[in-house]
Amino acid sequence: MEDNLIELKNVEKYFGQNHVLKDVNLLVPTGQKIVIIGPSGSGKSTMIRCMNLLEHPTSGSVTVDGVEITAKKAPVAKVRQSIAMVFQQFNLYPHKTVLENLTLAPTVVQGVSKTEAVDSGMAYLERVGLKDKADAYPAQLSGGQQQRVAIARALNMHPKTLLFDEPTSALDPEMIQEVLDVIIGLAQEGITMVVVTHEMGFARQAADRVVFVDEGQILEDGTPEHFFENPTNDRTKLFLSKILH
Amino acid sequence: MSGGFTQWFSNIQYMFSLQQWQYFFKNGFTGLLHGLLLTVEVSLLGLFFALILGIVFGVLATSQWKVARAVARVYVEFFQNTPLMLQAIFLTFGLPLIWPALVKVPLFMILVIALSMYHGAYISEAVRAGIQSIHRGQLEASLSQGMTYVQAMRYVVIPQALRVVLPPLTNQAVNLVKNTSVGVAIGAMELMYMTKQISDMTTGPAFLVAALLYFILCFPLATLARRLEDRAEVNN
Repeated sequence: MEDNLIELKNVEKYFGQNHVLKDVNLLVPTGQKIVIIGPSGSGKSTMIRCMNLLEHPTSGSVTVDGVEITAKKAPVAKVRQSIAMVFQQFNLYPHKTVLENLTLAPTVVQGVSKTEAVDSGMAYLERVGLKDKADAYPAQLSGGQQQRVAIARALNMHPKTLLFDEPTSALDPEMIQEVLDVIIGLAQEGITMVVVTHEMGFARQAADRVVFVDEGQILEDGTPEHFFENPTNDRTKLFLSKILH
Repeated sequence: MSGGFTQWFSNIQYMFSLQQWQYFFKNGFTGLLHGLLLTVEVSLLGLFFALILGIVFGVLATSQWKVARAVARVYVEFFQNTPLMLQAIFLTFGLPLIWPALVKVPLFMILVIALSMYHGAYISEAVRAGIQSIHRGQLEASLSQGMTYVQAMRYVVIPQALRVVLPPLTNQAVNLVKNTSVGVAIGAMELMYMTKQISDMTTGPAFLVAALLYFILCFPLATLARRLEDRAEVNN
């Protein structure tokens, strides 16, 4: 196994004239839990979306598990099988039941047998506390339940890495904790995690490392203690003073 | 089509004469039924190929590949903005002059091809709109799970798009059935052609019965389309 599961090297991203990522360099070691924090529009979502190439960097390279996915003809679909993503808007498949949401990609993409995918899928549904919803459709679930299903769907690919792109930002306040609890539970395992979030409590509790991004640049990169107690950058201090009262 | 349309109706004044109707049922009705059978066959085949063309070009129209989008655009604009009648006549009488092998293709097959190309263009537009109505997150979720673009389309996007596409698709089916009547211009022996043949002897009954037969084919389809539309609105 590679020591560094994800590597962003000199990544630049433009949306038209808008310079969203500016020379971003980031190493994600295997097993580490990284939380990316930053104000809205700072480029943190774009950064995590570069890690599975949902956004293509304008220049620079992205390497996942030893494969440079920004290279021409890179086996991107293959690499994505081991780097699952949980989205802000859940993006469950609305025409499929909860269980089918979990089994579709493993059977179609990984060639896992239906029974095997169902067995592991049910195990993950139990883990997120939604075993009894296996035959429901996403529209019949609350937002918190949908996001827990989305996490189970990601896990059923047996990925090496989990990417969370603001997993609680679209949730009603009373549902945030149930989703965070599931993610915190996962953080105690060996899996590598990158989480973009506004949940500072979660960052303190679950992160090995906090990365602060503003205006497309990494301004702070260290332990949660360092980030919350002794930030070095003025913009980090300003950001923290706004959100921590 | 020599003689113009007035000749088609040369004996319309006898429309309500019992004799005409007796004559029609004795000598014309089976001919109409044969025409009806061919119309149904042409409709089913035409719809089948139009669906394939519509899905292929509809997907191309939404791809990230510029050339594919351009090809789909040209296809749709050409077939939507020229009359089906012209396309059918060109396919039957014009193209074989350039490509002689085409003479061997049976006329009903030519009609199938013309209808498929024409309605495929309309279905392609419906499919494109349907795909674009599906939130981008669906494609992204599929891709993030390691699906290829084609797999994402097949298992996630198109099944959802179909619900949106179904009502306009059914409307296209109705139009396709009615448009089989251009067979009269190219000599394919579908219902309209047979009607015209029989009308030389018995105009009134032939046209009335043909209209009734078209109606029986189309009305259920049109009703289905309206139901699907109502249901789609409820779901939204």
